[in-house]
Amino acid sequence: MALLSFERKYRVRGGTLIGGDLFDFWVGPFYVGFFGVTTIFFATLGTALILYGAAIGPTWNPWLISIAPPDIKYGLALAPLRHGGLWQIITICAVGAFSSWALREVEICRKLAMGYHVPFAFGFAIFAYVSLEVIRPMLMGAWGWGFPYGIFSHLDWVSNTGYQYLHFHYNPAHMLAVSFFFTTALALGLHGSLVLSAVNPAEGTDVKSPEYEDTFFRDLIGYSVGTLGIHRVGLLLALNAAFWSAVCIIISGPFWSRGWPEWWTWWLNLPIWR
Amino acid sequence: MTRKLVSLAIILPAFLLAGCEFGTKVVEQTGPRGAGTFQVANKSTMAVVGKVPDPPYPLTPDMLQGPRAKETYQNVKVLGDLSTEEFNYTMASITNWVAPDGTVANGGCNYCHNPENMASDEKYTKVVARKMLQMTRNINSTWRPHFQASLNTGGNAGVTCWTCHRGQPVPKYNWSESLPEPNRLNGNHHGQNAPAQTVAYASLPNDPFSALLQGKNQIRVQATSAYPSSYKSPIETTEKTYGLMMHMSQGLGVNCTYCHNTQNFANWSQSRTQRVSAWYGIRMVRDSNDNYISALGDVWPANRRGPAGDPRKIYCTTCHQGVNKPLGGYPMLKDYPGLKGTPVAGPAAPPAPADAVPVAAAADTAKPAG
Repeated sequence: MALLSFERKYRVRGGTLIGGDLFDFWVGPFYVGFFGVTTIFFATLGTALILYGAAIGPTWNPWLISIAPPDIKYGLALAPLRHGGLWQIITICAVGAFSSWALREVEICRKLAMGYHVPFAFGFAIFAYVSLEVIRPMLMGAWGWGFPYGIFSHLDWVSNTGYQYLHFHYNPAHMLAVSFFFTTALALGLHGSLVLSAVNPAEGTDVKSPEYEDTFFRDLIGYSVGTLGIHRVGLLLALNAAFWSAVCIIISGPFWSRGWPEWWTWWLNLPIWR
Repeated sequence: MTRKLVSLAIILPAFLLAGCEFGTKVVEQTGPRGAGTFQVANKSTMAVVGKVPDPPYPLTPDMLQGPRAKETYQNVKVLGDLSTEEFNYTMASITNWVAPDGTVANGGCNYCHNPENMASDEKYTKVVARKMLQMTRNINSTWRPHFQASLNTGGNAGVTCWTCHRGQPVPKYNWSESLPEPNRLNGNHHGQNAPAQTVAYASLPNDPFSALLQGKNQIRVQATSAYPSSYKSPIETTEKTYGLMMHMSQGLGVNCTYCHNTQNFANWSQSRTQRVSAWYGIRMVRDSNDNYISALGDVWPANRRGPAGDPRKIYCTTCHQGVNKPLGGYPMLKDYPGLKGTPVAGPAAPPAPADAVPVAAAADTAKPAG
């Protein structure tokens, strides 16, 4: 096992959020913990239910298997298992598994006396998922507004949901989210290539220090955000990408019913030039 | 510093919320569960279904007896086979619908007729009205398939003059060609990028109608195969089609998923029956524009033409006015049998697209898992 000799001193008991010493141990390289157990429980149950849904469905083609939410006539009530009830239980399992995973990250942070940046960041991914499957359906008043669990079917859902607002690219939050996703990729590309350029110097020369990295960007654009700063920038960009993705779908329906291009008429209607 | 941050934290979300549309939403599921096909509307800003005026007086069966209008009056070319009493009833209705006395300047019978000689065609409005009667009869006979899917308990909805006119001599919603743009780089917008209501405020070409709601241009732009082929459709053409579709959505108060499964727009078997109605509707509008409105040619005076000199023509909004069934689908035609008739001009309706085998409502047939 890849357990390094010095790792042992970081593996300390305590710091758990719940359950005290219960499950406070490691299995090989993995920390278990109470939330590790709940993660396994929810993930296994959810996956098994997806397989059950596939078994009672019309196909085993992995591209076409789809577990759909109930019709909107069921509102926010429970639906029969074969008419969306399965989707409801799987959604509970998914939220349970994702949250457990985040809380397990918190416990590991506490053991190591680190900041909570990783679970905080993962929380944004969970928020995006919960926005789609819980928050927006609740605001619209029916679980049927959630997306189905299937490879092709969820893509069709995205397409149709976008076309409900005629042209989704005019959604202002979608614009922000897309811009942040692209900028995240740009920042990661610049950061990764810069680090690799410093540690892969010309044949026979020394690996370069961060001062070289800073100088490269000062020469190029007059400013370097610095070795720590680039990670702050990266996190900010990535979290905003996930956050505005969540916002763009929450507002579509609950807070806007017409085509998204029409939303921009507020600009045309500004009193200055109306 | 802190105070600035606090005020920013209050003002910024307030600005973001200002763009929201609060209030009750009216929703409808139009496809199988999980497909994401829904209609969403805001209750307080939904288009209001237009009122249907009462007939001027009841049309009783015995009024259909007696001498024909063509025997009683002169120069009756379209409604001649009606009884004189039904003819007068129809004339009174048309006056109420198109040029009512009181609300329209020079309204009443004399809007079209010379009171000294009712048979005279000297007023252009009478010539137009005759053509429009032919058009109405043509729509109600040739283009019945456009209403077929919306059959309700009262029978085929059909159209009357009121469906478009709503008490106005010129229907409120109409289109005409725009003036040609300057033939130079500066100031030529190529008919797009103006946030026009006609295309739901998108940057799409704001006059898709000249190309697609008259003549015989192809609307379908999607290739029939995913693989490279000789089929070519330039972006301009595609944008015109999208512009027309934006207009249809806007005009009917619906979104794209009212007819299409956007997974494959062109695929008839995944579309709703409403798309077949729309297919007939596009051809009905073309027929009406080409063979009736534009066919009147020089009859139209300057004040009934657009800036480019062509007459004001119809599109989806002319009848629909933001509602998926004009006048809420009320079968108004039943009270005006004189407007049914047989087609007078124009070709017969084409058969539905060969591959159109729409599922009655996809919801009934699709059976997703789970």
